Amino acid sequence: MTAGVEQAGVPEATSKAGRARVLRPALGLLLPVGLAVLWEMAVRMGLSNGRLVPPPSVIWNTFSDLAATGELQRHALATLWRVAWGFVFGVMAGTIFGAITGYSALTHRIVDPTLQALRSIPSIAWVPLFILWFGIFEASKIILIAVGVFFPVYLGVMGAVMSVDRKIVEVGRVFRLSGLAMVRRILLPAVMPAYVIALRAGLGLGWMFVVAAEFLGASTGLGFLLIDGQQLGKPAQIVAAIVAFAILGKTTDWLIVAVSSPFLRWEDRFART
Amino acid sequence: MLVLDRVGKVYPNGVRALEGISLAVAPGEILVTIGGSGCGKSTMLRTVSGLDPPTQGRVVLDGTAITAPHEKIGMIFQEPRLLPWLRVADNVGFGLEQYPKAERRTRVGGALDRVGLTEKARVWPRELSGGQAQRVAIARALVPRPEVLVLDEPFSALDAFTRADLQDHLLDLWADLKPTLVMVTHDVDEAIVLADRIMVMRAHPGRVYEEIECELPRPRDRQSAAFDFVKRRVLAALDRSLDRAVTVADEGETRAAAGGGLWW
Repeated sequence: MTAGVEQAGVPEATSKAGRARVLRPALGLLLPVGLAVLWEMAVRMGLSNGRLVPPPSVIWNTFSDLAATGELQRHALATLWRVAWGFVFGVMAGTIFGAITGYSALTHRIVDPTLQALRSIPSIAWVPLFILWFGIFEASKIILIAVGVFFPVYLGVMGAVMSVDRKIVEVGRVFRLSGLAMVRRILLPAVMPAYVIALRAGLGLGWMFVVAAEFLGASTGLGFLLIDGQQLGKPAQIVAAIVAFAILGKTTDWLIVAVSSPFLRWEDRFART
Repeated sequence: MLVLDRVGKVYPNGVRALEGISLAVAPGEILVTIGGSGCGKSTMLRTVSGLDPPTQGRVVLDGTAITAPHEKIGMIFQEPRLLPWLRVADNVGFGLEQYPKAERRTRVGGALDRVGLTEKARVWPRELSGGQAQRVAIARALVPRPEVLVLDEPFSALDAFTRADLQDHLLDLWADLKPTLVMVTHDVDEAIVLADRIMVMRAHPGRVYEEIECELPRPRDRQSAAFDFVKRRVLAALDRSLDRAVTVADEGETRAAAGGGLWW
């Protein structure tokens, strides 16, 4: 929106805005790229042997070797698969519970204290129990991830539904919207912005929990690459797996933003990135 | 015909917000209510709109008791209350879901044209000024063609110039379909510009204190002696309703001071 306004201005301002649009994301690259270059130089000049913290070139080689053999893709896919399912289940449960407890005061009083108590349990503490209950294969991992995703989504949806502006709901009442129409035409769009934030928070936790799940008895996945790298003393492999996590995490987060942004163009926000 | 029959409202905490309000508003009449704060004027409006039905008595429109929002009754609030996720045109058409798309489009187009915002149809509400947003709200309320339009201090958040502009605008729109207007304001000038009848309310519990007919010819000239005459009457009634010493010259004196040529 702001860009549109700027474009309407004088041509000078347009080119300046255009340049700013290219340069602004580049600004965020300055720090990581600078640090990587410095470290590479330090190792090349012999200031460090780089055995524990491998320089970028070594990490890149490891990364491309893993990719060339298809190992990286296999592990990344396994991880992505687990996160995807955990995310789907966690979001479904979180949305349903959040919507109900946000809407109905009675349900809120009955259900919310229990869920809040469960939330305060460090989720890794569930792992032994989940393994007993669901076995050591995929089910227990996906459920652990779903638990991680559930809570931020639940809290976000509940808070959003509870804080829908009474005045806007009243507009719906004046136009005699039925319960379902009220949800579709007023409540749903009203909670959208908070919902997207909740989904992003949930996805972030999903990525955290997949590592925990894969630390505990997995033969595939990026988490397995981490453990494997530690046990075989291959720090470059660990960093390569971390880099893969960063790329996947950022990409999936960006996906949520990209998919949701057409629905949120109406927002009157302070910051437009 | 809109009738309030001994309408009373007692809140669950025991506060008596309204008591024994009886009045009849003819179709097409403009009834404006004023009164001190807490005199129940907004509560009265909310019983008429069906948002908060009365606890005693009834509100009846054309023989039907109003206990919930009704399709023949539209409402305009102090704030525009536009839905921020709908563009201006979709906001205006919000109450027209049941109509076919073509009909909806022509009605919305007509309404936007009528409030002078055709070029804003594709714009988000956040891009409107306060006066424009309230005009959209008026269009949204009028587009389903209600028989009764309830207005709760609709212009009080606007600056004086915009307010006068919107008052004229409202009268223009009212002249199209002549809905009954029931409005609350705390602006005496606004009441006299708009009203056929001014109702002064008094608090604890909220009730009708005085009704003042206002039959000045339209369009009304705020600077005219006749306007000033009505204004003095209303101000005096307001003072009495608040148990204050009357701060304006009352009726008799005004009439004497204004000389004989005043009557309409």
